[in-house]
Amino acid sequence: MDRIKVFMLGWEFPPFISGGLGTACYGLTKAMDRLGIQVTFVLPKMVDSKYSTHVNLLTPDSRTPTSTVKFREFKNVVFHTINSPLQPYSTAEVYQRRIEENLRQKYTSHTGTTSEYSGSLDYNSDMYTEVHRYAEVAVELAEHEHYDLVHAHDWMTYPAGIAVSAIKDRPLIVHVHSTEFDRSGEHVNQMIYDIEREGMERADKVIAVSHYTRNIIISRYGISGEKVEVVYNGVERNGNDNWILAETGIEKDEKIVLFLGRITMQKGPEYFLHAAKKVLDVVDNVKFVMAGSGDLIHRAIEMAAELGIGQKVLFTGFLRGEDVRKIYKMADIYVMPSVSEPFGIAPLEALDNDVPVIISKQSGVSEVLMHALKVDFWDVNEIANKIVAVLKYPPLGMTLRNHGNFEVRKLRWKDSAQRCAQIYGETLMQLEKCIS
Amino acid sequence: MASICFYFQVHQPLRLRHYTVFDKNTHYFDDYKNSSICRKVANKCYLPSNRLLLDIIRRFEGRFRIAYSITGVLLEQLHSFSPEVMSTFDALAETGCVEFLAETYYHSLSFLYSRDEFIEQVNKHSETIEYLFGQKPRVFRNTELIYNNDLAALVESMGKFEAIISEGANHILGTRSPNFVYRPKYCEKLKLLLKNYSLSDDIAFRFSNRNWPEWPLTSEKFARWISDVNGNGNVVNLFMDYETFGEHQWEDTGIFDFMRHLPEQILRHPDNDFKTPSEIVQTYEPVDTVDVPHLISWADTERDLSAWLGNAMQSNAIHELYRLEKKIKKTSDEKIISDWRKLQVSDHFYYMCTKYFADGDVHKYFNPYDSPYDSYINFMNVLNNLQSRCAKPALLNTKSLTKNALTGENYLTEQATESICQP
Repeated sequence: MDRIKVFMLGWEFPPFISGGLGTACYGLTKAMDRLGIQVTFVLPKMVDSKYSTHVNLLTPDSRTPTSTVKFREFKNVVFHTINSPLQPYSTAEVYQRRIEENLRQKYTSHTGTTSEYSGSLDYNSDMYTEVHRYAEVAVELAEHEHYDLVHAHDWMTYPAGIAVSAIKDRPLIVHVHSTEFDRSGEHVNQMIYDIEREGMERADKVIAVSHYTRNIIISRYGISGEKVEVVYNGVERNGNDNWILAETGIEKDEKIVLFLGRITMQKGPEYFLHAAKKVLDVVDNVKFVMAGSGDLIHRAIEMAAELGIGQKVLFTGFLRGEDVRKIYKMADIYVMPSVSEPFGIAPLEALDNDVPVIISKQSGVSEVLMHALKVDFWDVNEIANKIVAVLKYPPLGMTLRNHGNFEVRKLRWKDSAQRCAQIYGETLMQLEKCIS
Repeated sequence: MASICFYFQVHQPLRLRHYTVFDKNTHYFDDYKNSSICRKVANKCYLPSNRLLLDIIRRFEGRFRIAYSITGVLLEQLHSFSPEVMSTFDALAETGCVEFLAETYYHSLSFLYSRDEFIEQVNKHSETIEYLFGQKPRVFRNTELIYNNDLAALVESMGKFEAIISEGANHILGTRSPNFVYRPKYCEKLKLLLKNYSLSDDIAFRFSNRNWPEWPLTSEKFARWISDVNGNGNVVNLFMDYETFGEHQWEDTGIFDFMRHLPEQILRHPDNDFKTPSEIVQTYEPVDTVDVPHLISWADTERDLSAWLGNAMQSNAIHELYRLEKKIKKTSDEKIISDWRKLQVSDHFYYMCTKYFADGDVHKYFNPYDSPYDSYINFMNVLNNLQSRCAKPALLNTKSLTKNALTGENYLTEQATESICQP
């Protein structure tokens, strides 16, 4: 068979995006590129000065809805961006705020030339409409492309994936990095659920990032287990590891317990704080760092104050790049008390940075990590027990670090990409069988 | 002449309950789990095996002979949870064909960390065995057959043992066979019995393995292998966990039928017989000395101590535990000393082993914890609580007399036993 050509509907890469979805798209695509898989990578991109990232990307007043970019580190991947304010993990309300803010900015910076942006005003400022508009533009793009199959990442790209696969009658693979149940618990948004479900139903194969997620797909979306495959995420090794604490310029006389992630219901920030309270009842020289932003950040700050541990909890806001590495270098233990975590790349990064981890059993990553402390997210007593143990019994952290660091090396994007390629091959083979 | 020497190790650990750093309660053990496992193993293994062996012994009128080493921690559990097992062991003892060996009462690694504690535990175990079964143990086996020259010398100096048992590891024997009696280096009287691990493991590990070319193992076939020893050995030491029968090898593997027919198959050859370890050492003289400068055990392919002391957590936990010895004994508090000793059971450290963890190996079967990390945390939290109890003066000073849970007799600790150490 010729080299497989994939039309991939993905997301912008880190550090311009928060969360695991961009990281996963980056790691997976880069590894596919190395394997020689040809990828047309399509992603949404907000057109404004504040959010524009790659300087060579677009002229801000361009009327064309799409644009092509090439990254030097990729040989077999062509990138197309579609002007769109879509962002993963958004809720309809956040989306609304973003649109309004964006429009306001454009008006102020282009006073007198608003006519150019009349198109923007026609946007129905509604996330669902935008998801479908995005699909239309993707179809326009796809008409000029040749591809063997379509690979779509998370629900916002599913309608596009369905449409792009339909116009050329190519198989569709949807990749589930998270579900509405992970993000919203039992309060699912019906519209999102319907889009997710349709995507999974219409797909020839569904890739889940863990067995945990696979179970949700089967039990909550009624998808037949036969077509749901598990492909675990990998972790990018950061290579040169010659850091010493002194370089951070921070004197360390206190232990640091780290929460790093979006501060949203899904990530369980309140369980972190309740555990912190219990830890502080028995250990004194310890600080709790919450790195990240999210819709619960104000609630979290309030809660720390209410628990009377405000002076022991530091909120850093959203960190990227070197700051993330710095905070890892300072941390004694990383805690991920997620309520529902389809995979969870962050603990792997923590281990890669020699930080032992406590992870929730309600996570995909707990399936692949043996050398981690595991807890039920609701069991704050046990979370606290384990935090105290790491702080109090140094051989524990030492053993976790030694084994954990070794263990993450086995989780490579290369293997994830290979597994995807295998699934591509099987899907195409099935298709051929059906035709003949 | 080939004498078959069966010795069965009988032990169940004392599992700790989930114990967090916030716990204050001084009850550390999971009574529910310990009692239910003890009853389960009693029904699957101890009772049917004891009845079977009793039956064989009676049938062969003294020609079938075996030995047990039963740990103190198991005897206490049987006493509380499965007294019927105790009466079957008693019946076995009554036959005169069963020998009981000596070991550390708490199935501990005390030899490695405290000679005083080691001697106290061995004495406590011997006293208990004598009280329960009416015989003074004359052969010693250390926990997990851990052994080196120093241990042999120490055991000889205790003056009450004729032999010691260990693993017939290749690297200590070289080209020599385990089918002879040896003498430990630096010992004058003590004899050394070494496990024939190949034939022992055929029963203990390979019996039900269908990928093993020799499967199924019949008693005829096994008896033939035993008879092959005739002419190049005196003794075949078959040492194994008693739980092999019915617990490690389930009843439906045919393990009980195998044992039922084995004696007649073996005795069919006129040169074969069964002997207990003491009878072996009375019959045969050592053919050579064996030098074991480094510690060995019967565990895993490594035959070393890495299953108990292989990582930083294990070594930290055990060092912290024995570091408390003086403090603990100073309290003269019976309950504190007994809790401290129960924490010495080697299984606590085995659960912390990380070397098989990733493979999801059989070792998991015996592990009550989800991970070695959980077991370390639990152990350290308990130890922490125990340590805090030492700081407080004991309410009742029991004048360094400790009650033996089984015999109900008081026996001496610390000062008194120290004098025993000095010949």
